[in-house]
Amino acid sequence: MCDTCGCNITHGNENFIKPGGKLHKTQSGKEAITVLHSLLSENDHTAKHNRNHFDQHQVLAINLMSSPGAGKTALLEATIQQLDKNIKIAVIEGDLETENDAERIRQHGVEAIQISTGSACHLDAHMIHQALHNLDLSKFDIVFIENVGNLVCPASFDLGQHLNVTLLSVPEGDDKPAKYPVMFRKSDLVLISKSDLLPILDDFKPERARRYLQDIASTAPILELSSKNKQGMSAWLDWIQQQISLRQQHLLQHPATSENHSHEHEHHHA
Amino acid sequence: MHELAICQSLISQVENIALEHQAKSVSLIVIGIGPLSGVEAQLLKNAYPVASAGSVAENTQLVIEYLPVKVKCNECGCESEALPNKLICKQCGNWQTSLLSGDELLLMSVELEKDDTLDDTANDASANANIH
Repeated sequence: MCDTCGCNITHGNENFIKPGGKLHKTQSGKEAITVLHSLLSENDHTAKHNRNHFDQHQVLAINLMSSPGAGKTALLEATIQQLDKNIKIAVIEGDLETENDAERIRQHGVEAIQISTGSACHLDAHMIHQALHNLDLSKFDIVFIENVGNLVCPASFDLGQHLNVTLLSVPEGDDKPAKYPVMFRKSDLVLISKSDLLPILDDFKPERARRYLQDIASTAPILELSSKNKQGMSAWLDWIQQQISLRQQHLLQHPATSENHSHEHEHHHA
Repeated sequence: MHELAICQSLISQVENIALEHQAKSVSLIVIGIGPLSGVEAQLLKNAYPVASAGSVAENTQLVIEYLPVKVKCNECGCESEALPNKLICKQCGNWQTSLLSGDELLLMSVELEKDDTLDDTANDASANANIH
């Protein structure tokens, strides 16, 4: 997207609207309207609104994505146990069915909202917006959004998060970034999870995963960790602390706008 | 299969545009998709009849423009086409590149048929009057 005016004209499509381009002509009797808006502009609008909510309360929002079973919930449990207790955490859980993951989180004394998506394979900004109605953001420093386990669909939907973290677990194989470039390209941090299995599943080469990430021009840092034996956890916890302070610095320079809610319905935000 | 959700969002946008321009129907929708958008064009096409049923865009021709993946090298500045999972510079092989295009998911244009039948009837009537 163009940073100046927010339009979506890029090198890839500008030729369509130039004189002589396919979208420049108008046939008789019909009116051609050039739009050039994202197909997800409704979602993106709500995502922006969510992000502003997080910013107003100085809350860092992190979207955790991975395939099912890569260890997102286990990572959150280990994080809750080990992160500085002055940092207050809330979790939004996305699954097709069950409250299982939210209950796992609540057992650690942390507030968790479960979103059951039914048959939907991803979370979207509207679902997060609904969840935020049940969360008093003023009580928290960080909100983790655990997306639906899926390496495809969640990548297309902005939720209003500040950062994307993608887990790549050792049993999945090291070539996932080459197979799912859309998701891995959007990652601000890649975690090679279940690293305690590296000695057993020795066909997973972290170096190869790194190369595949370079192939998609990813500059995201890569950390190896195990929620089970806690190896590598400290680097992840340091990264979180660092991101919280970076966000706070950013908000000092760019304070959140106290927007007038453009909600079409009346409701109260907690 | 998130294409249905995306298709529903597309229909909702097209409906708003048609309403805004007081169109009676939509004859053509052009969308642009890059391979790095994460959306499969064929699945979007399959979802279209379901998502558009009963809307102003039902039976509308859906044209999909496939936008290429292009990168610019952060080192040598060369602009080149690339594969979705190989975003490296064709000129010097550097992996540190910036994406110029290829992740778009755009509603590019719509062609509307306006409700101007009344005007046409009036014109026809005056044309006939001149002949007689």
